[in-house]
Amino acid sequence: MSTSRRSFLKWVAGAGIAVAVPKSVQAHDHFEGYADSYGVLHDASLCIGCRSCEAACHEVNDLPAPEKPFDDKSVLNTIRRTDDTNYTVVNKYKEGPPPKNGVFRKQQCNHCKEPACASACFVGAFTKSPEGAVVYDESVCVGCRYCLIACPFNVPTYTYDDALTPKVMKCTMCLPRVKEGKLPGCVEACPMEALTFGKREDLITIAKERMRKHPDRYINHIYGENEVGGTNWLYISEEPFEELGMRTDLGITPAPELTSGALAMVPVIIGMWPVLLGGIYVINRRKDIIAKKEKEDAVAEMKAVTTAEGEEKVKKAKEQALKQQGFAVKREVKKALEEAAKAKDENQNGEEAK
Amino acid sequence: MSDMIYTLQDFMTHTKGVVYILAVSYLIGFTAFWCFLFRRDKKED
Amino acid sequence: MSDQAVKKSLFTPFNIIAALIILGGIPIAIMRFTQGLGAVTNLDHTNPWGIWIGFDLLTGVALAAGGYVTAAAVELFGMKKFHAAVRPAILTGFLGYSLVVFALLFDVGRPWRLPYPFMVNQGVTSIMFEVGACVGLYLTVLFLEFSPAALEWLGLKKIRKVVVRLTILLTVFGVVLSTLHQSSLGAMYLIVPSKLHPLWYSSYLPVFFFVSSIAAGLSMVIFESTMSHRNFHDKMDAHHIEASRHVTFGFGRAAALVLAGYFAVKVFGLALGNHWDLLFTGYGFWYQLELIGFVAFPCFLYALGVRDKNAKIIKFAAFWTVLGIVLNRLNISFFCFNYHLPASERYTPHWMEIGISLFVITIGLVVYKFIVTKMPILHQHPDYPEEH
Ligand code: SF4
Ligand code: SF4
Ligand code: SF4
Repeated sequence: MSTSRRSFLKWVAGAGIAVAVPKSVQAHDHFEGYADSYGVLHDASLCIGCRSCEAACHEVNDLPAPEKPFDDKSVLNTIRRTDDTNYTVVNKYKEGPPPKNGVFRKQQCNHCKEPACASACFVGAFTKSPEGAVVYDESVCVGCRYCLIACPFNVPTYTYDDALTPKVMKCTMCLPRVKEGKLPGCVEACPMEALTFGKREDLITIAKERMRKHPDRYINHIYGENEVGGTNWLYISEEPFEELGMRTDLGITPAPELTSGALAMVPVIIGMWPVLLGGIYVINRRKDIIAKKEKEDAVAEMKAVTTAEGEEKVKKAKEQALKQQGFAVKREVKKALEEAAKAKDENQNGEEAK
Repeated sequence: MSDMIYTLQDFMTHTKGVVYILAVSYLIGFTAFWCFLFRRDKKED
Repeated sequence: MSDQAVKKSLFTPFNIIAALIILGGIPIAIMRFTQGLGAVTNLDHTNPWGIWIGFDLLTGVALAAGGYVTAAAVELFGMKKFHAAVRPAILTGFLGYSLVVFALLFDVGRPWRLPYPFMVNQGVTSIMFEVGACVGLYLTVLFLEFSPAALEWLGLKKIRKVVVRLTILLTVFGVVLSTLHQSSLGAMYLIVPSKLHPLWYSSYLPVFFFVSSIAAGLSMVIFESTMSHRNFHDKMDAHHIEASRHVTFGFGRAAALVLAGYFAVKVFGLALGNHWDLLFTGYGFWYQLELIGFVAFPCFLYALGVRDKNAKIIKFAAFWTVLGIVLNRLNISFFCFNYHLPASERYTPHWMEIGISLFVITIGLVVYKFIVTKMPILHQHPDYPEEH
């Protein structure tokens, strides 16, 4: 999978910076994502909580069998989240009349168009593939778990009990199967067609069509159309999304935008701090040098004046001169210094001219 | 495909990467430039 | 020293407690690396960062800011009278950062892969990439800044001369790198507007972290000079004892100013987020406690101490500011993170996590004690007078 990891160095290595500059498909740094990427539409109003998708997911991904079998309905009595033994879970959020006997929703990675996990990972272990899946590459993961922090949907999990090869676990949208032209395991297994696989754009059309046909049945919102910049896994529902354990306060800002400002400050600091700090240093050093010279000259002057007098007196005078550093003396010294500097400059200039 | 950028994430991967390289070269360059600028002064001190 | 004296100096209360903590930490450390993070921590999928990040990393880095603050004040801003404070501050900075990295080895899943972000695949969009790069480089800078003391101790005059010549360059690099990573530790939380309480989440987070790190650095230097005054008085020469007084008042005044600025930007951030209404909720009172009790109050104390020439008040203000920084970092990483979840889904540290944190801190103290007693930190080396 490492070949699919996006790395700027590879672009650069390809042909040198100047030639290999990739072009943005959209003007003004606005990105629409991969146009033909796939996604899944989950129609929660059709979901009956049979957990066939969970079972299928375990099978296609070779995940260990859970303690309680998938047809054990008692599992649905508690709300679960994805953990390090699975990629997806179905929860029952409300009791309801037969035949469904409740309101259910399946959860897994939403395959964000601008994934927070990818933005956060400092080793670039996540890649948004052109097919729409956000895939994780275990071979580089350091295990900092910043991706778990960053994901607004609390999707990735970590195998904390693995001492030597702990890793992140997350739904892959069955990318290997999709590449073979097959359906994701969970979609294929769903007996109610509560999951629909297809091009993301088509899925949005389908969702809108269903809403148009049954305006009284659906909440008028496609969850994932714009949430955190849009996700490839979409949801429609007959119950308000908050009641399905989904956050409706996430906003539409894609994750990379949250940090781009701070990242943009980095080069500014690198560029300007040395200039500022260097400048301050130079100013202070100048001051020190001048102060030192003034002191020396003042002492020398005093010495010259008092050579005739006794040793005792000289010492005292010196001390006093040091303490007072009379304004007049200072000014004189400064003048002399400046003149000397000028003369020196002129000398130098003269020499250079020669 | 690989020389087209479709997502903000990939755009940032590219631009921030280039900027990091430039920033490091700048730090080295600035140090050299500083020495060039102040070498005369030092000799005078 | 006679045998008896050696024995006596080995079995001090400090040494005994330190030995116990370190001996207790070793089995936990072994457990961590043989049975995994799950065996010794309460981390889970919803709360992937515990006190090893919130305390050891976030707080540790902030409290180790004394190194760059002091070096900048003396070498760049020309405040030569604090010269004697530079070495102890650099030493604590160096040790602090080493401990942070050491603690990270426990926290990340596969610590041996820590070079991967730089050597194998660069995740340049991550704020953490920048933090990692800067901390790594800064550790090197601190090592070089500290090395003259070690080289004097070892008597390697030539190498020492080369390093000393680099002082200004190192100091500038140190300040650049510190500005970057101190602020970026705050910026790491920019990506979680939905998980961090809105009173603490702000696009100003990097600014808050940077400004408060200066206050933390200044306060830690005052705090440390108090502690070493008490514990290593015999190692200090007159020069350093005199400087310690200068530091208390000079840094106290600086800290008062920085805290005032910090208070202001915090309030500006609040206004920009328009979260006034949240001030009178449970979290709001907690926020007010932090802002008034641990920013405004120590700021006032510092000012009072400086005006009245009262070193005691300043020392207390330093201690209080340090507490405030700890509180702030823990608020962001822990108390106010995942604020929307019920208590049952929140994190409380496992006792073994605390054990490892103590283990790491104790190792730091022991090393500090060793270096201060052996190397010319709190006194000048007889061969190099007036230089450092
Ligand atoms: S839902 Fe979470 S894990 Fe999945 S792509 Fe989005 S940010 Fe990444
Ligand atoms: S845990 Fe692994 S995948 Fe997640 S952010 Fe850290 S390095 Fe990246
Ligand atoms: S898409 Fe594949 S990996 Fe994801 S939940 Fe469905 S079966 Fe599991």
